[in-house]
Amino acid sequence: MANKISDIAVPVSLPFTLSLVGLIVAAISFVAGRSAGLGYNEVFITVLVGAVLAVGFAYALVSLFDTHRPAMIVSALLGALIGLSLGSLGGAVFGVIFGIIAAFMVFWVHYRQYRSGLPTYLSSNQVLWHYGFRVICGAIFVFLITPILVVIPLSFNAQDFFTFTPEMLRFDPAGYSLKHYQDFFTNNEWQRSFKNSLIIAPIATVISVSLGTLAAIGLSQSHVPARRAIMAILISPMIVPLIISATGMFFFYSDIGRFLEGTLGWNKNFVGYFKVVLAHSVLGIPFVIITVTATLVGFDRSLTRAAANMGAGPVTTFFKVQMPLILPGVISGGLFAFITSFDEVVVVLFIGSAGQKTLPWQMFTGLREQISPTILAVATILVAISIVLLTVVELLRRRSERLRGLSPG
Amino acid sequence: MSDSTATGPVLAADGTPLKKSLAQALRREKTRALLLIAPLLIFVLISFIFPIGKMLFRSVENDIVADTIPLTVVELAKWDASSGELPNEDVYAAMAADMVVAIAAKAHTRLGSRLNYEQTGLSSLFRKSGRAIKKWDLATDAPFKEKFLEIHDGWGTVEVWQTIQTHSGRKTSGYFLNAIDMQLSPDGPAAQPESKQILITLFKRTMIMSMIITISCILLAYPVAWILANLPARKANLLMILVLLPFWTSLLVRTSAWKVMLQQQGVINDILVWLGLVADADRLVMINNQTGTIIAMTHILLPFMILPMYSVMQTIPITYLRAAKSLGATNWTAFWRVYFPQSVPGIGAGSILVFILSIGYYITPEIVGGTKGVFISNRIAYHISSSLNWGLAAALGAILLALVLILYWAYDKIVGIDNVKLG
Repeated sequence: MANKISDIAVPVSLPFTLSLVGLIVAAISFVAGRSAGLGYNEVFITVLVGAVLAVGFAYALVSLFDTHRPAMIVSALLGALIGLSLGSLGGAVFGVIFGIIAAFMVFWVHYRQYRSGLPTYLSSNQVLWHYGFRVICGAIFVFLITPILVVIPLSFNAQDFFTFTPEMLRFDPAGYSLKHYQDFFTNNEWQRSFKNSLIIAPIATVISVSLGTLAAIGLSQSHVPARRAIMAILISPMIVPLIISATGMFFFYSDIGRFLEGTLGWNKNFVGYFKVVLAHSVLGIPFVIITVTATLVGFDRSLTRAAANMGAGPVTTFFKVQMPLILPGVISGGLFAFITSFDEVVVVLFIGSAGQKTLPWQMFTGLREQISPTILAVATILVAISIVLLTVVELLRRRSERLRGLSPG
Repeated sequence: MSDSTATGPVLAADGTPLKKSLAQALRREKTRALLLIAPLLIFVLISFIFPIGKMLFRSVENDIVADTIPLTVVELAKWDASSGELPNEDVYAAMAADMVVAIAAKAHTRLGSRLNYEQTGLSSLFRKSGRAIKKWDLATDAPFKEKFLEIHDGWGTVEVWQTIQTHSGRKTSGYFLNAIDMQLSPDGPAAQPESKQILITLFKRTMIMSMIITISCILLAYPVAWILANLPARKANLLMILVLLPFWTSLLVRTSAWKVMLQQQGVINDILVWLGLVADADRLVMINNQTGTIIAMTHILLPFMILPMYSVMQTIPITYLRAAKSLGATNWTAFWRVYFPQSVPGIGAGSILVFILSIGYYITPEIVGGTKGVFISNRIAYHISSSLNWGLAAALGAILLALVLILYWAYDKIVGIDNVKLG
């Protein structure tokens, strides 16, 4: 972003740059001193020495160099030397990175690079607010993403801990291992629950997608009696708190199960799957309805009339004309339904028996009772799955918008 | 397109009057639409709406007393509960007859645990009496009053009989009264004893914590939605991934991540100790209490606030702000008087969505909430699976459902169900 510092080349006053550098380095050395466990007197000295050194360094940089590039190289070399003298190769790498950033920041501040790209009429307070706001937003994004990212390295922990061990922080290979993944792939309990999830979620998805798409097409016709009421009923599984749905289904499906097993003599295990699949497909329906009706809003109705005009029957029209156009919506609705079932734990906890233990159920008991770090390995695998799903949905959304001519793509 | 010289009704191509033909076509279209919807509608009605309705009826059903001890209920109706005297021999004889039948069917313990919800100790009274009464002979062992008193003193207290009489109806308001920390006493509704008053507190806590979660979601989502709506599309799409990834990640993954982050030997405490901000001995307690629930649920529900806000803010032209400033408004005035009012629909939509979702939450409070950070849902689950007081669970569920439906209705009025967008 900043490549032509010399073009602007209107340095701010030297005192401003130097005092800012001094303040920042003082803050950093305060934190560093505290974390090293020093007393307040020693911290005070650390802060003072750090600030004076940094101010001197910054002064040397801006007076010796006109542009930021050579300054960054020199500073990186210096950082590498200090890092090497203090410790290992890791220290040198850290020193290089820190040196580059430090030199860049000094020039960025000194040559008012922070104002480039902003309207020239902004007051200094407005510029400060502009960057302050970005920092706030950055912090919120960190809040959003950190918990998910933290899980990933921890899942490679060689110890049975839920936190970073000193070996992991030193990037010592001995601190890392795949044993939790090994446990997941060899442990019967986890494998069975994973298999159950892979059986239940796709079948439930197929049921909700096929029924849901038909209903969404019906709902998007121009004359539907009691449209709002029907819509409200079909959306309700999403609105009603899960615990209430689960309670209602608990009584209903235990009656159904008794009937199927006792009166019709069905296999017990099959009845178990049957109940969970039906319950999950109801939960997935609202997502299919919402995404497919949203896609149908942009569907040009004259296309079906044109097809009929040319002699296509309703079935041909549906599969050859309508279906390809609404397919992105159907697929993303299906993915929502899939993730709903794949991620569902309350309902299956209530109506499933031990034979239908799903992956989330296993994780839930794992979190509540025996805390095993295998959960983190599973979590990492699930994060990977959700990244794949997110990518697919995003690509589909773009394709759908392109098909409907909403965006040039 | 009709022939201008023709008289009489306009005819369609096949000779029927156009009006009739159009009506027919409309009817056909309606039937076709309904036929397409019907399979799903029937499926949802039978396997979702109907079970929930039936479950809610459990909150007023009270057949067990009248079914298990039918003769006693009839005899006991004649007894004046306020007289302060024990019922007469007829009632005890009827009770003996009923109990013999009930014991044979093993129904007396269930009746005992049902009545135990109303008066502690009745469960053991019925269980103990069951063992003795099994040996009785109805024809020869009369009179029964003394024999009952011999088994257990409980049969000689007026309160026990009052409880049975009060709860002998087939429909009861008792569970709903229990749900709001009251009980059905012989003199009508009365407050529960202090030690049993926890549900109102729990309802209040659920509401207050959901509100805190909603407010923190608003505060965190507003800047993010703003920056997403005002950055160039390419950058905004990249940042959007950071919002959508948590949205697509399994709830249990996020909850376990927060368990990892928040516990006393967890990541946040480790960092704070390393920075020297917190001493190793007094690490912060951030899990198994309300803080844990609030932090984790704010994170989990944040995307549900950001997405509606973002879709509203996308439609607000940023030029309005510049116009306001060029007319002399300060930054704050321009934001507060021009931009903010236009973004209120987004805030409203997001808030109701987050609030609805959070008051019904179960999993996250169960894992990170400990005892102080649980919601009303956890109590419902407890009554369904552990204490087996299904009537009370149904009553609590009915109240929760009513709350959610009111909010849902408001959401429909403000946003419209058709405008719900995903992803």
